Amino acid sequence: MPHRSLVAPFSDTELEAIRADFPALGLKVRGQNLAYLDNAATTQKPAAVIEAEAAFYRTQNANVHRGVHYLSQIATELFEDARETVRRFLNAKSRREIVFTKGCTESINLVAHSWGAKFLKPGDEIVLSQLEHHSNIVPWQLIAERTGAVLRVWDIDENCDLMQGGLDELLSERTKIVALTHIANGTGTINPIKQVIAQCHAAGAKVLIDGAQAAARTPLDMQLIDADFYALSAHKLYGPTGVGVLYVRESVLEQMPPYQGGGDMIRTVSFDRTTYNDLPYRFEAGTPNVAGVVAFRQAIEYVQRIGLDRIFAHEKELTDFAVQSLNAEPDVKTIGNPKNRAGIVAFLIECAHPHDVATILDSIGVAVRSGHHCNMPLMKRLGINGTTRASFGVYNTKTEVERLIEGLKKVREIFQ
Amino acid sequence: MTFEGELSDLYQQVILDHSKHPRNAGSLDSANRRAVGHNPLCGDQIVLMLEVKDGVIADVKFQSSGCAISVASASLMSEAIKGKTVQEAELMFRKFHEMLTGACDTSSLGKLSALSGTREFPMRVKCATLAWHTLEAALNNPNQTVTTESDA
Repeated sequence: MPHRSLVAPFSDTELEAIRADFPALGLKVRGQNLAYLDNAATTQKPAAVIEAEAAFYRTQNANVHRGVHYLSQIATELFEDARETVRRFLNAKSRREIVFTKGCTESINLVAHSWGAKFLKPGDEIVLSQLEHHSNIVPWQLIAERTGAVLRVWDIDENCDLMQGGLDELLSERTKIVALTHIANGTGTINPIKQVIAQCHAAGAKVLIDGAQAAARTPLDMQLIDADFYALSAHKLYGPTGVGVLYVRESVLEQMPPYQGGGDMIRTVSFDRTTYNDLPYRFEAGTPNVAGVVAFRQAIEYVQRIGLDRIFAHEKELTDFAVQSLNAEPDVKTIGNPKNRAGIVAFLIECAHPHDVATILDSIGVAVRSGHHCNMPLMKRLGINGTTRASFGVYNTKTEVERLIEGLKKVREIFQ
Repeated sequence: MTFEGELSDLYQQVILDHSKHPRNAGSLDSANRRAVGHNPLCGDQIVLMLEVKDGVIADVKFQSSGCAISVASASLMSEAIKGKTVQEAELMFRKFHEMLTGACDTSSLGKLSALSGTREFPMRVKCATLAWHTLEAALNNPNQTVTTESDA
């Protein structure tokens, strides 16, 4: 992704206005203002999203794609309008390429089990990186067991960047798919996905990008990166839980068999034979999270109004400040030093285990994550059991980073 | 109690002392019971080795990696069960478990009651019980790995 250092971060007034949009940021935790630094796990929701979900249930609720009655028509229109919003957000060519799921994890499982079951043969290779979240590892292990395909791992260097030239050694005519995170949840590494996709396509391999962390942090353009599959979760993008998106290039999606069977995904059903619905409905069996999807549209429009390039610049400024401040502490070690980093910094402090650090930071209202972050292979590779992780969102402030650093003093008081 | 009070209750001196200087840490050549405990949610791990002779826990050692609560709990447990019969140790586990779920008088638990502060931190109770679940496994299903997630 290109550098966006020319885009200005937010002014104090702008940031204040943004914070006022998020009711949860007004919470007192342990008698102190909440400093929510766990955005890589999930983001808080702006009032527009919360209200849209409530308004749907109050005045728009019906099932979609079924009834001929008034409310059903309204619900269907709202649901399909949200799909169009997602299409524009991703710059996909067609709404047929946008599948709603229950989250990024289900999106990846859908690809592994539908595309993977059809196209993977014994001895075929699936390439994953050392940076992957469990949700971009385990679905591939499951399908590898079923098909006889083999997993290969793209290693990282000492900075937690993907090993230069690592892909050259892994790619061969046996490589059928490369599954790679856009932004690593454990280290904040931004992977050069455009170049990776081009290289994989030249070698005849498909590419799935796990965009769980990237969707809220950097502008996305499916035409620019030329992705085959791109997966994301609404709840990490200021939207509701229980909604995800899977983008699949139409020519690829057309060849994929249904993932789950049920209502909405069929055209005709008899006990002898079922014919399937058009794209993307063939992959949306059962009643979807209609209210969630409708509210998710508000989340996308929210970040679009602010501009993802500005959100990126804001988070970059905060992250650089956090990395610098943490590295200035002699007993603190930040994990990795990636060339391009977005919104996430993990660290260790000598005197205390990450869980104890998180409990003590919580006592002053600072919410961070501790543990392996669903990154057990990465932790093993780094020779550690876990980290404390701060991850930023559109509404975080430098003061909150300072409170985190201040909190480390309390950790030392207790543990030294 | 204020949250500040609860926090200092969680990290009492005895806990900090045992987490920094765990008693009975190491390996036990004479062990005839062994179990591995693992908390998959946070990565904490313990290897517990017991020498059980005529129904008595004659010796105990453990190796662990984890947070202050899980290391201190293993250390305190090792001191408490050494020299006790298997039945006494199992009774102790039941009382310890009741203490963390808030339903027990802690007076009979001695030093183990230092971990009672954990009950105000539901997310950390598993850190304190990992060593005990591993003990249970070592006594009843030796040479198995237990996880905190298999506990009903």
